[in-house]
Amino acid sequence: MCSCGEGIKDLRYTALEKMLENYQHCPEKIIPVLQETQGIFGYIPAAAIQQISNALDMPSSEIFGVVTFYGQFHLQARGKNIIRICSGTACHVRGGGQVLDAIVKGLGLMNGRTTTEDLMFTLEPVACLGACGMAPVIMINDDTYGRISPQEVPAILAHYKEKEGGQVWVA
Amino acid sequence: MGSLSEIKKQFQAELKASPKRIKVVVGLGTCGIAAGGEKVFKALDKYIKQNELQADIMSTACIGMCYAEPIMEIHIPDGPRIIYGNMKPETAVEILKNHIYEGKINVGYAIAQETRGNQVIEDIPELKDIPFYSKQVKTVLGRCGVIDPERIEQYIAADGYEALEKALTTMSPVKLIEEIKISGLRGRGGGGFPTGRKWEAAYQSNDSKKYVICNADEGDPGAFMDRSILEGDPHALLEGMALCGYAIGADEGYIYVRAEYPLAIRRLRKAIQDAEKMGLLGQNIMDSGFNFKINIAAGAGAFVCGEETALMHSIEGKRGMPRVRPPYPAQSGLWGHPSNINNVETYANVPAIVRAGGSCFAEIGSANSKGTKVFALTGNINHTGLAEVPIGISLREIVFEIGGGIQNNHCYKAVQIGGPSGGCIPEDLLDTPVDYDSLLELGAMMGSGGLVVMDESTCMVDVARYFLQFTQEESCGKCTPCREGTRQMLKILERICAGEGEPEDIPTLERLCRVIKDTSLCGLGQSAPNPVMATLRYFQSEYEAHIYDKKCPAGVCTNLLKFWIDETKCKGCALCENICPVKAISGERKQVHYVDQEKCIQCGNCMAACKFDAIVRA
Repeated sequence: MCSCGEGIKDLRYTALEKMLENYQHCPEKIIPVLQETQGIFGYIPAAAIQQISNALDMPSSEIFGVVTFYGQFHLQARGKNIIRICSGTACHVRGGGQVLDAIVKGLGLMNGRTTTEDLMFTLEPVACLGACGMAPVIMINDDTYGRISPQEVPAILAHYKEKEGGQVWVA
Repeated sequence: MGSLSEIKKQFQAELKASPKRIKVVVGLGTCGIAAGGEKVFKALDKYIKQNELQADIMSTACIGMCYAEPIMEIHIPDGPRIIYGNMKPETAVEILKNHIYEGKINVGYAIAQETRGNQVIEDIPELKDIPFYSKQVKTVLGRCGVIDPERIEQYIAADGYEALEKALTTMSPVKLIEEIKISGLRGRGGGGFPTGRKWEAAYQSNDSKKYVICNADEGDPGAFMDRSILEGDPHALLEGMALCGYAIGADEGYIYVRAEYPLAIRRLRKAIQDAEKMGLLGQNIMDSGFNFKINIAAGAGAFVCGEETALMHSIEGKRGMPRVRPPYPAQSGLWGHPSNINNVETYANVPAIVRAGGSCFAEIGSANSKGTKVFALTGNINHTGLAEVPIGISLREIVFEIGGGIQNNHCYKAVQIGGPSGGCIPEDLLDTPVDYDSLLELGAMMGSGGLVVMDESTCMVDVARYFLQFTQEESCGKCTPCREGTRQMLKILERICAGEGEPEDIPTLERLCRVIKDTSLCGLGQSAPNPVMATLRYFQSEYEAHIYDKKCPAGVCTNLLKFWIDETKCKGCALCENICPVKAISGERKQVHYVDQEKCIQCGNCMAACKFDAIVRA
């Protein structure tokens, strides 16, 4: 049985396998391995943990421990566009909270959900983006936006909604 | 390769060879990019190419004036260097055009000039005279925003790697450590431990394998000086680490960088490659027999990894949890081998110390704190950015002279220093000299150097709650006082902010602070109560206003706010009535409206909607 969906899935696991060749029996490299895995899938799928476990000679329970410890790793699928909003001190003092509210409203995220239903956006508050001089700051994928106001949010979001199809799963 | 001095001469000659061309420089650090610097760069680049101008465009890193980003500089041969601020793509192109073709300088956008012996242009202040610069002493940031960080030749032309050559050819490791001790350099990451003593301990440990580790996990919200050094002068860090490796007898180094700093990681990778190509890192450096290689470990988003033992666990590929010390890293560090760990700014100071000598470095600073410190100025302040000042300068000079005072003519309330581990300092203590020891006495700490300025619209209880929420989320959970204690403190603070505080909350908070401080395993827990202790010490009246009067004097804690309508201003337009999500506002058309306090959820929508400023909040 074959379907196009599975074809794509295979591709990603092939990429994972190829990447893992560089890290055979190196459990100390688990963090860079997980970072690259997340680059391939956008998150860390359960099946990938098993594959990593075999390659690195590391129990999957320990891998799970590392994945859940660090804020960067995700066990659930995430949106195509990652919006990181800074919740650092300077942004807090300069009204980052209102910007967050505007994004939540703009994406229609309800009840504490962080990913939109169409998997277009994931919203992630982060501790500090290190651009405090530009507070409040958000980062969408690799683009940084500084000194933004809640009023500017809808236009910024619209820009990424239009770019639909631009970015696919390969990092 | 030839000797370093030959290479340096060659590079300096190359840089001089093209003085007849115009140089256009755009600041593209993270702050410049966030302000739209890339668009400015692209527009200028396109204009220069289309018109075949005899001009070179280059990018540089942060020159510290974040408040004026995007920044463009124009250097005309035999003319002054003019710095323009707040650029947009169109204005930048227009200014460049006028500047080049008509010699007209747009004084409105020019923020400073550097004459370099050329004629002075009227109405533009000289860089060295503007208050943001005149009080600064640039040791670590001297090259940031001046050289192109991606070109090793510019670093070498600016005396780069000379210190390493000097140490490898003329100094023994003991002599090098002695020089660092004479300089009085203390760790810039927060604790302020004397660097020379740390290196000596690692030197004295007997092991064939040792490590040099750089803590670039700059996690304190409000601090970004390390990012600027990594992005703006990465070779200074590499040279500092190589010097440390030579001093303690290590042949391998790790830089642990936050994953949130992709540009810094990219520039570091390039810097390491370039240095290896030139034989300044790697095997048999400058034919001295000394080997030193540097690896990069990208962090994965855990604040606690800024703690040295947790950081080493993270490099080893484990959960980044701290462990009990001793043994200290100098005895048993990464993979059980002796390791020396310092932060970025500390290593970046080392080449200058070795070049000019420790006693020269020790001339700057106060009695027990030598040299300069970079501070990140942020918050409600006019000139946000990076300022490097001699240690011992007063906070007042930093905030009001360098920082240009408080935004929008508001009043100063406090400055938060040292991030989640630090405290805040009220107005009457602003004349305290900023050094490691004086700040500790005030219940704050130098920390990594984040200065967040707050005006009267900031609620100090809310600030304490904010920091506790941060440390509570970032607590790794290994020890009970930190895991459970911070949670209880946060709960109490949330209650107070919600208007449900009780009189016994203050003594309970004080007791929790003491216990957590005394019994936590690592620095994160031990310093977690600091923001609460400092705000209680200087702003207890605000806690009391929340608890007894159920009022938030700064108007931040929404549960304690009341909205009502000023009868003299209300025109009865019903805008507020329509926008209120809970139908708390009612009234006849063209008549004064009223807010039902029972229904009101203090969302503030009415206040934003009213065109007549008739909604009052208090």
